[in-house]
Amino acid sequence: MRRRQHLWRYLLVFAALALLLTGCGDPRLNTLDPSGPAGEMQLSLIKLSLGIMIGVLTVVTIIYVYVLVRFRQRPGQNDIPKQVEGNTKLEILWTVIPIVLLVVLAVPTISTTFNLAKNPPQGQTVEVKVIGHQYWWEFIYPQYGFRTSQELHIPVGKKVHFEITSADVIHAFWVPNLGGKMDAIPGKKNHMWLQADKPGRYTGKCAELCGASHALMDFTVIAQKQQDFDKWVKAQQHPQSMAANKTLEQGKQLVAQNCIGCHAVRGADFRYEGKKGPELTGFGQRTTIAGFLPHDEKHLQAWLKNPQAFKPGARMPKIGYLDEKEMKALTQYLMSLK
Amino acid sequence: MYFLSGFFFLLVGGIEALLIRMQLIVPNNHFMVGDTFNQLLTMHGTTMIFLAAMPMIFGLMNVVVPLQIGARDVAFPFMNALGFWLFLAGGLLLNFSWLFGGAPDAGWTSYPLLALNHFSPGPGIDYYVLGLQIAGLSSLMGAINFLVTIVNMRAPGMTFLRMPLFTWATFVTSALLLFAMPPLTVGLILLMFDRLFGSHFFDVAGGGDPVIWQHLFWIFGHPEVYIVVLPAFGVMSEVIATFSKKRLFGYSSMVFAMVLIGFLGFMVWVHHMFTVGLGPMSNAIFAIATMTIAVPTGIKVFNWLFTMWGGCIRFTTPMLFAVGFIPTFVIGGVTGVMLAVPPADFQYQDTYFVVAHFHYVLIGGTVFGMFAGMYYWWPKMFGKKLNETLGRWHFWLFLIGFHMTFLVQHWLGLWGMPRRVFTYQPGYGLEWGNQLSTAGALLMGISIIFLLVNIAVTARRGEAAGSDPWDGRTLEWAISSPAPEYNFAQLPLVRDVDALWYAKMNGKKGVEPAEPIGSIHMPSPSYLPILMAVGFFIAGFGFVMRAIPAAVLGLIMVFITMFMRSFDHDPGYHIEPEEIEATEKGARA
Repeated sequence: MRRRQHLWRYLLVFAALALLLTGCGDPRLNTLDPSGPAGEMQLSLIKLSLGIMIGVLTVVTIIYVYVLVRFRQRPGQNDIPKQVEGNTKLEILWTVIPIVLLVVLAVPTISTTFNLAKNPPQGQTVEVKVIGHQYWWEFIYPQYGFRTSQELHIPVGKKVHFEITSADVIHAFWVPNLGGKMDAIPGKKNHMWLQADKPGRYTGKCAELCGASHALMDFTVIAQKQQDFDKWVKAQQHPQSMAANKTLEQGKQLVAQNCIGCHAVRGADFRYEGKKGPELTGFGQRTTIAGFLPHDEKHLQAWLKNPQAFKPGARMPKIGYLDEKEMKALTQYLMSLK
Repeated sequence: MYFLSGFFFLLVGGIEALLIRMQLIVPNNHFMVGDTFNQLLTMHGTTMIFLAAMPMIFGLMNVVVPLQIGARDVAFPFMNALGFWLFLAGGLLLNFSWLFGGAPDAGWTSYPLLALNHFSPGPGIDYYVLGLQIAGLSSLMGAINFLVTIVNMRAPGMTFLRMPLFTWATFVTSALLLFAMPPLTVGLILLMFDRLFGSHFFDVAGGGDPVIWQHLFWIFGHPEVYIVVLPAFGVMSEVIATFSKKRLFGYSSMVFAMVLIGFLGFMVWVHHMFTVGLGPMSNAIFAIATMTIAVPTGIKVFNWLFTMWGGCIRFTTPMLFAVGFIPTFVIGGVTGVMLAVPPADFQYQDTYFVVAHFHYVLIGGTVFGMFAGMYYWWPKMFGKKLNETLGRWHFWLFLIGFHMTFLVQHWLGLWGMPRRVFTYQPGYGLEWGNQLSTAGALLMGISIIFLLVNIAVTARRGEAAGSDPWDGRTLEWAISSPAPEYNFAQLPLVRDVDALWYAKMNGKKGVEPAEPIGSIHMPSPSYLPILMAVGFFIAGFGFVMRAIPAAVLGLIMVFITMFMRSFDHDPGYHIEPEEIEATEKGARA
């Protein structure tokens, strides 16, 4: 009976290992399937430490199972075992072996720690300033002179240097597929670089508890080929935000009356550029609303009517006072932004 | 009393944990979202660490340490009582928050700026600050008390290197508490000033720095991990030696390892802050320091294994928990080393990997340890042995439920699930892991029902256990169960490690006494500790409610009771030899 239970524990460990090797997670959000050098460096350390640790665990498990099976009390057994005090040689052995293992782990650990902290030389990188807000992300491209929100576009094969800070509480900027996280702390500028090696969409998250909607502070990283990225930069620099027909014109009016105090839409000749909320320029090209909702008119209307129903604690006021027609014009205009 | 109220809060924290798991059973669940969920997770963490683990440990220490060193009581009985009532006052104050004004919601680490007025309006964090401050006083008092008790009140012949391991664990733990509580106290006072009196220690807008809190918190918080786990190591050492019928393998290296772990515990706090951006140099140094702790921990694990080697292992319920502890804790330990690698930690930090790791350490270590200790010393506390069959059910359900809950969380973390999230999006492959985890948590909940039934059944129908039900090795098994109020009629004379075993092996019935029977001095009972704790409670509640007059009233009450205590001449009373002989005869019959 007992032997079967140990077998079961073994199976559990192996099942777990098998899981790890197949890499069950989603490719948009998986640290075990990195898409860039930072994530790969980190994964190789994860693998090294995991290997050593599984070795240790195996040795312990073998001794453990042997001891429990071999030295259990059998019925009728009543003798007193020899009272051993200890064994200096053995004790030295299991002091020295862990030290050696730790040295093996420590050397690459330190070199990678310093390598990752090295800032790439200026001029060869894309610079992005990241600012965390409750509960959205702002990305500023100082080289290109614009900002965007919730969606971070980066070129493939190039190091992107991030300067990370926060506008309110402490957040943490994390794109699991590309590399580890860095805290966004108000009043402090943290640095990190990431690089994507293949085009694709990766999900980013806030990793530090930052309030009611911490769980929903997601963003999307879109890694593009250089020419696609350049195209996107150009579009951002010259956004098409003018209204093409009458409904859209009405929508634009409504945006001017209701949204522009906090949000900015560039290229529409608005007299004011709101900086409190996420940038809306090019909103129609995005893939999510508020970082995690599906990007369609139905969800946009529901969101505008009651943002707190989706993101508890969000600062955005409800726009429930518009009638259906106005709402439609407003959402259509937002969706038309390129 | 410590142990029972700690156990009560363990149940409260457990219910909070189940609610958390219920919310996470499906993606985009609407059961408990936003701030409600944050309150749950904050209270779960705070309750488990401060109101369940610590008092349960203190409870065991209070029962066992005086007995193990052959003392009649702890050094300062008044302070001991005061410590208990303060802990209860702090714990109740914290849980009052559910009823009056909302629970704290910034995590058990309560990082500013989120914990400041601007981002956490309402009294939640004030409850946290004041409740912990009051409960923290109790820990400090307990620590001083145990240190003095162990240094001064050991029985004749009990040198430091003849002390049982649980007593050693208490000694090291108390020393850790003595140095770890002050940083927390300072941090809580600064936070209290920021929140109540408008100072700007942590507020960036006023020139403060939120990272200072993280340093203060983790200078306390990391040793705290060892504060709750070292006593479990002590329990395991006692239980494994007893049920293997063997002397502990490598006694002196076990003691050395414990002291070393305690010392290193203060050198590693920055590994909680690798992603704060303190720079590669600081990260590298603290990485190495953290890894070093694996060495003494490894020494302990192998010594336990070799204690069982060549022994005669009896699988009683306490031994099952001790045996289940070893692989569980080793898994928690090795993931700890993995977390010590800063570049890898950038990926683990603040994810479910960390959640899995510290639950493996805290449940695999502390909770298994407390359960083992509970089943082991129950006869000594109440004179009856807990039911073995129900104990086994409890153990197996708990063990299986535990691994189901937390093993999969390692992968959830690596698959991109941050900790402290109330939901996750469908389609990212996180669903089944969370469901498995919730199912495991339910299993653990069911196992606790077996424990409760066990306690009830034992209380009603349990048989008397006798003074030495497990064939024990240390002094506590030399006197009747439950222990008489004066513990030892005659102080024992100790000649070796495992004094009782030594006596039994030499054909004696009990441990040789070191003194003739004489009258025993006892402290008089006092109601002052309760009043003092009530004073602290009123003061704390007053500050939380921003009712300063009430707070001042509470403080005045505290000072009056302190004054009364200081000028109260209390001679105590004596138990006379005739009475002792009558009690001893009654116990033997």
